[in-house]
Amino acid sequence: MREVWIVGIGATPVREHWDRSLRDLAWEAMHRALEEAAGLQPQALFVANMLAPLTAHQTHLGTLLADYAGLEGIEAVTVEAAGASGGMALRQAYLAVASGALDAALVVGVEKFTDVVGPEVEGAMAATLDADYEAEPGLTPAAQAAWLMQMYRERYNAPETAFMPFALLAHRHAVGNPYAMFRRAISEKHYRHGAPVAPPMTIFDMAPYADGAAAVFLAARDVLPPELPRPAVRIAGSAAATDRLALHDREDPLAFTAAARSFHRALEEAGVSPHQVDFFEPFDLFGVYVPLTLEAVGYADPGRAWQDAERRFGLDGELPILTLGGQKARGFPGGAAGVYQVVEAVWQLRGQAGDNQIAHARVGVVQALGGPASTAVTHVLQRP
Amino acid sequence: MELARHWRLKKQRYALQGEVCPHCQTKIFPPRDICPACKQEARTDHTFSGRGKVVAFTVVTQPPKGYEAQAPYVVALVELEEGPRVTAQLTDLGDEEPYIGMPVEMVTRKLRTVEGERGIIVYGYKFRPRLTVAQRA
Amino acid sequence: MTEPLFPQRSVGIVGYGAYVPRYRLPASEISRVWHGGYAGHPVQEKAVAGPDEDTFTMALEAARNALARAGVSAEALRAVWVGSESHPYAVKPTGTLLADALGAAPSVQAGDWEFACKAGTEAMVAAIGLVGSGMADYALVVGADTAQGRPGDALEFTAASGAAAFVLGPAENALARILATYSYVTDTPDFWRREGEKYPAHGQRFTGEPAYFHHITQAAKGLLEALDMTPQDFTYAVFHQPNTKFPQRVAKMLGFTPEQIAPGLLVPRIGNTYSASALIGLTAILDVAQPGDRIFVTSFGSGAGSDAFALEVTEAILERRDRAPHTEDYIARRTEIDYGLYVRYRGKLAE
Repeated sequence: MREVWIVGIGATPVREHWDRSLRDLAWEAMHRALEEAAGLQPQALFVANMLAPLTAHQTHLGTLLADYAGLEGIEAVTVEAAGASGGMALRQAYLAVASGALDAALVVGVEKFTDVVGPEVEGAMAATLDADYEAEPGLTPAAQAAWLMQMYRERYNAPETAFMPFALLAHRHAVGNPYAMFRRAISEKHYRHGAPVAPPMTIFDMAPYADGAAAVFLAARDVLPPELPRPAVRIAGSAAATDRLALHDREDPLAFTAAARSFHRALEEAGVSPHQVDFFEPFDLFGVYVPLTLEAVGYADPGRAWQDAERRFGLDGELPILTLGGQKARGFPGGAAGVYQVVEAVWQLRGQAGDNQIAHARVGVVQALGGPASTAVTHVLQRP
Repeated sequence: MELARHWRLKKQRYALQGEVCPHCQTKIFPPRDICPACKQEARTDHTFSGRGKVVAFTVVTQPPKGYEAQAPYVVALVELEEGPRVTAQLTDLGDEEPYIGMPVEMVTRKLRTVEGERGIIVYGYKFRPRLTVAQRA
Repeated sequence: MTEPLFPQRSVGIVGYGAYVPRYRLPASEISRVWHGGYAGHPVQEKAVAGPDEDTFTMALEAARNALARAGVSAEALRAVWVGSESHPYAVKPTGTLLADALGAAPSVQAGDWEFACKAGTEAMVAAIGLVGSGMADYALVVGADTAQGRPGDALEFTAASGAAAFVLGPAENALARILATYSYVTDTPDFWRREGEKYPAHGQRFTGEPAYFHHITQAAKGLLEALDMTPQDFTYAVFHQPNTKFPQRVAKMLGFTPEQIAPGLLVPRIGNTYSASALIGLTAILDVAQPGDRIFVTSFGSGAGSDAFALEVTEAILERRDRAPHTEDYIARRTEIDYGLYVRYRGKLAE
């Protein structure tokens, strides 16, 4: 396997981009990443997207975006793994370059939630569940996460504010991220008065569905030009795992087994131990995913991740998480979400994270989830 | 127009027909043909009793397309007596509040209509609080 | 001259089942909304199906109860017939839905019957013929309705939801033997619903004497005379119950006592369940009847006609009765709703 490096990144702010289309957003992110790549040309385009067939009536995004970006003739494909699409597209590109099949590849994640509104959005999100046995009875991903909150509190006798620290951390950290949708810290009072979505879940326990695009340019180490405008970051480990798709089919719905599996495999590949990780980006589409992930991978004891969490997992804590706002406050741009995580981790490792910069960050781990860790993709990123 | 997808699932939807593994006797719902316990082929039909209890529940206030007319509705994780768990709505709650551990029983109800008033009606399992049967001498 | 119907081989009810939905709309609510509180109340309250219920779902639960009591497998059924004026589809049988959901399909007769409020008993006579001729051993008949009255119409007080199902089979396996039946029909325009119309229309005072009372008394007298029996030969009686007064009055006209009709007179508490109306009265009676008791049943369907039945309860009732919930168990499960929820549940705001 060859070493694979990230030589360029790009993203649009996460917003309600009413006036912009899939291709338009994707192009902006791709363009920025290509600019940073100092003339390297991608041989393939991996598009991460989860909902365009349902929300934009658009399949065949690989060819559309390659065409629109002027990358005529290159290989292009769409990778879909629900919320983990971004992480999974990166992994496919990584495998292609690491194997030697390609020297350079471009990954772009893009999502347009706002081309549909109301029940059509929930309907599209529900398509990520088991259509016959979860979505047909009327389940939505938000309702499913509400079950997890209820089960977690029931099993561990946790208070109703158990998930609050993760919302507070995300919002606090988004203040310093110009690409974030909600750059405003929230207080316990805000949290306690959130509008209900699916009790006990309120709007503060789930990320806002939003539009955006993010891109990452990968190249094999041996093709890198001697001079790059930005420091390159190495993908030191990459691993994906799946669980049973339907939550009702899992022995223990709170176990997040796939999150643990992909995390440990990726760290093993990177030769990094969990306590050598300088920051971690768990996937907080729903706030409850964060403690379940932290507990599954071993950063917290079962039922305890929420305790003292604001201190332990803050920017100055022992393991900073959601360092630029996470999905909760940066916004959840569907298939692009996992690519944004990588872009933000690269900012940290390059020292470009501004007020949110983690001092001396050398190793960052990002994890994208499809559903409640139905798919989990973990990448270990390393500053040389 | 979506027809075959619902039609081919009628045994599961109307009557909770699943499978029993001929090798290890594990009861399986939804049917999956490979036993999740022993990983051997399991294709023997088994109809579930429909009795179970609530493991988790919530209220859907932001419904997906096609479910707007029902919202808010309660969707629950129900553990069947025979072991498997299913995702289903709770119905006929009346003035009862659902709770974890609530004993429930399967009923067949309208899940939704496909394409409004002109389309087919999708029927399927929901669960209700177990009917109280008076004590009789 | 009136000849009752006797099957070649003796037929009886092998299993029965009822279903009443959970919700109740008090008559006072309708009176409050539409009549300023000044209307008389033909019933106390009526049973209202929930938003996810229809004639099929109610028929299914009643049929499951009937099969449980019968102790007969669904595959043994050779007919699944549903009488209703509120089939979920105008075209596409409730009968096939029911047959497949029960596990009776595919080697089975299945279809829907319509004869206003006597569609269920019409199907029952046909099923007696099917079993009585020896063509089939078991047949399922259901009367079920989610009856609707136009908002503000007098019918709205009573138009209710419910279902009653019966497995008919050989008399030697019956919990109640059918002694004979007799039907009386004429063309009488007392109540109708034209194709494509959502709500029925009715002849108001015309629905009484020339319709309800004439047909029930003619059918009932015809059967009593043919059997050479009198009301005193019966322990219980039930007549179609469109409101509280009519069945009481027709019972009196025929010579039945208030005590004889009391256990089956459910209309004050659940309203008029249309195709299930007389039949759900019969399920309530079977819930309390003893071996040897005789039961007299006469339905009425607008348009118009009546089916009269004479039954005799057997020992089998004692063992089968508690295999399924009793009619009263459903009636006791009661959640009162207001007119607003009623309007939502029954789709009266649609379109």
